[in-house]
Amino acid sequence: MVEADVYPVLTEIFQDVFMRDDMKLSPELTSKNVPGWDSFKQIEIIIAVEEKYNIKFHTRELDNLNNVGDLARTVAAKIQAAH
Amino acid sequence: MALANTRLDFVRTNALDQAVLKALDGALPNDLATRPVRLAILGSSTLAHLMPGIRVAGLRRNIHVTLYENDYGQYLQELTDPHSALHEFRPTMVLLALDAVDVTGGLQAGMDQADADAALEAVQNRIRECWRLARAAFHCPVIHQATLAVHPDLLGQNEHRLPGSRRAFVERLNWSLRAMADAEGVDLLALDTRAAHDGLAAWHDPSLWHRAKQEVSPAASPMYGELVGRLIAARLGRSYKCLVMDLDHTLWGGVVGDDGLEGLVLGQGSALGEAFTAFQEYARELSRRGIILAVCSKNDEANALEPFEKHPEMVLKRADIACFVANWNDKASNIRGIAEQLNIGLDSLVFVDDNPFERALVRQELPMIGVPEVGDDPANYAGIIADAGYFEGLAITDEDRARSGQYQGNLQREASRASVTDLPAYLRSLEMALVWRGFDAIGLQRTVQLINKTNQFNLTTRRYTEEDVRAVMGDERSFGLQLRLLDRFGDNGVISIVIGKMNDADDMVIDTWLMSCRVLGRQVEPTTLNLVAAAAQRLGAKRLVGEYFPTKKNGMVRDHYERLGFTKEQEDASGGSRNLLDLGGFIPAETFIDVKEG
Repeated sequence: MVEADVYPVLTEIFQDVFMRDDMKLSPELTSKNVPGWDSFKQIEIIIAVEEKYNIKFHTRELDNLNNVGDLARTVAAKIQAAH
Repeated sequence: MALANTRLDFVRTNALDQAVLKALDGALPNDLATRPVRLAILGSSTLAHLMPGIRVAGLRRNIHVTLYENDYGQYLQELTDPHSALHEFRPTMVLLALDAVDVTGGLQAGMDQADADAALEAVQNRIRECWRLARAAFHCPVIHQATLAVHPDLLGQNEHRLPGSRRAFVERLNWSLRAMADAEGVDLLALDTRAAHDGLAAWHDPSLWHRAKQEVSPAASPMYGELVGRLIAARLGRSYKCLVMDLDHTLWGGVVGDDGLEGLVLGQGSALGEAFTAFQEYARELSRRGIILAVCSKNDEANALEPFEKHPEMVLKRADIACFVANWNDKASNIRGIAEQLNIGLDSLVFVDDNPFERALVRQELPMIGVPEVGDDPANYAGIIADAGYFEGLAITDEDRARSGQYQGNLQREASRASVTDLPAYLRSLEMALVWRGFDAIGLQRTVQLINKTNQFNLTTRRYTEEDVRAVMGDERSFGLQLRLLDRFGDNGVISIVIGKMNDADDMVIDTWLMSCRVLGRQVEPTTLNLVAAAAQRLGAKRLVGEYFPTKKNGMVRDHYERLGFTKEQEDASGGSRNLLDLGGFIPAETFIDVKEG
């Protein structure tokens, strides 16, 4: 799986978490650009992604997530590693 | 609202919660089943993420829950400070949720037994102190959350031999909480047993603890809310009360009408037969602890009854079933009939059927009914029903133990009534006795239970806690009556509660008058009035004041006081009224009920 495949899934998760059907994701998007994206929303996103892909993030990986691009890259790499 | 009846993951739970909060915009919804609940959650770690799950669990039960969370770590300060935001919130329920790090503070593995024991006692005292502070300040029910044993083992399987082990300490504390909570009348949120059931990993994520001090993982927050919701519902008397069971393929294998008595799969001899027996045993145990059993089956009645009367392996007997309906009508109509016959709300029924068609039909026609997705393997029925928490209970009263028998007797009474057209003769033949007592400690639980769950025959629908009832017992210008009705079919248990409070004009105001609908139409009301008048006169009252406050459910008692000879003094647009009865000229009504003190 490559990063590009992850984006549609992430988009759906973000739309659910922020309850905004029109939400679009880009690699540069960060919590500063999105109203309501606080540390709790961050955890919601993480858990939703973990459940969706049946993966578990490393505490270190979570500390290094700075934008949506980081998230997509980490997810793709973890799925790759699992196969 | 229908959406709230399906299991939701936490993202959807949060979304639903947000949508509802936004739609209500701070207002209270209409047509609530109960008074809104104001729940304060007190704890030492992050709790905010648990709130949507609790609100949604309330919504699922038509209970509106407003929540309060203490400032981070400040629960003890807020409890003691009468000017704190907690006091300003005026909770009607308090949930104390202490995390494992908090309760094991100061513990270390090198500790000896005496020091560990002292630490345990200190935590127990702190917890008890919190309960008492909450009780004293808010006079409301208190729920205590058992602590999750999140710490890893130091010793292993015999961890209990290491007095300073945090994991062992939390388990000791949780164990001791049971007796403590019972002694103080506190209800337990048994997160420990639930986590043992689901696995700790489903409840606690160490990474999230380090990140956000969330001891309960957000992934488990919908279930956390559900467990709290069950306790709230049980406290408000809103748990389910009756299990309605299908017969063929639900209580036994095979179709009795086709396979005959001999062809049924039941009991020893096959795994399947034993699974059906085990489910029947579970149902019987439920009935022994106060859940009413009913049967709803598409069958000819004679066929349906035959196994109950003749099959040697049947655990359930006809006498265990309070209401037995076997015919060819649709099940939704039959279930409506069952609720009517038993005189309980449709929202207190759970329906078990192996047939997905029947389950779907009942869900669609009667969404307020609990319909567990039991599948078609009888080995799983009991576990699925138990897991869904429909019958969450908080205390077992003698009435609970006897209830199934009472309903059974009730149906026999109905049957006699149907065959007897001369009502006075019928009432006389019942040989009724109304046994009255003032409020006392022995009857306290039942009194509080009736006050909080009676919706239909309830003039004022005031809900009271144990403390409130004790206050009536201690007030010399008030009286409280608990009334028990006996008849030749058996003991109906305590069926009516009346509270009178003298006002400044020396009028006795009937603060509460409620009665179980099981005993309607039997002259209990005029007989009760005789007792109320006597109690009021003993306290020196000249008049009785009876008020009626309309709710969605108590329309049946709208004219209660007029029927008893009161004069309507005023009535408002919604039908609420204030009624007077002069005690000077009061002549006690003659009824077919014998009155005794006892």
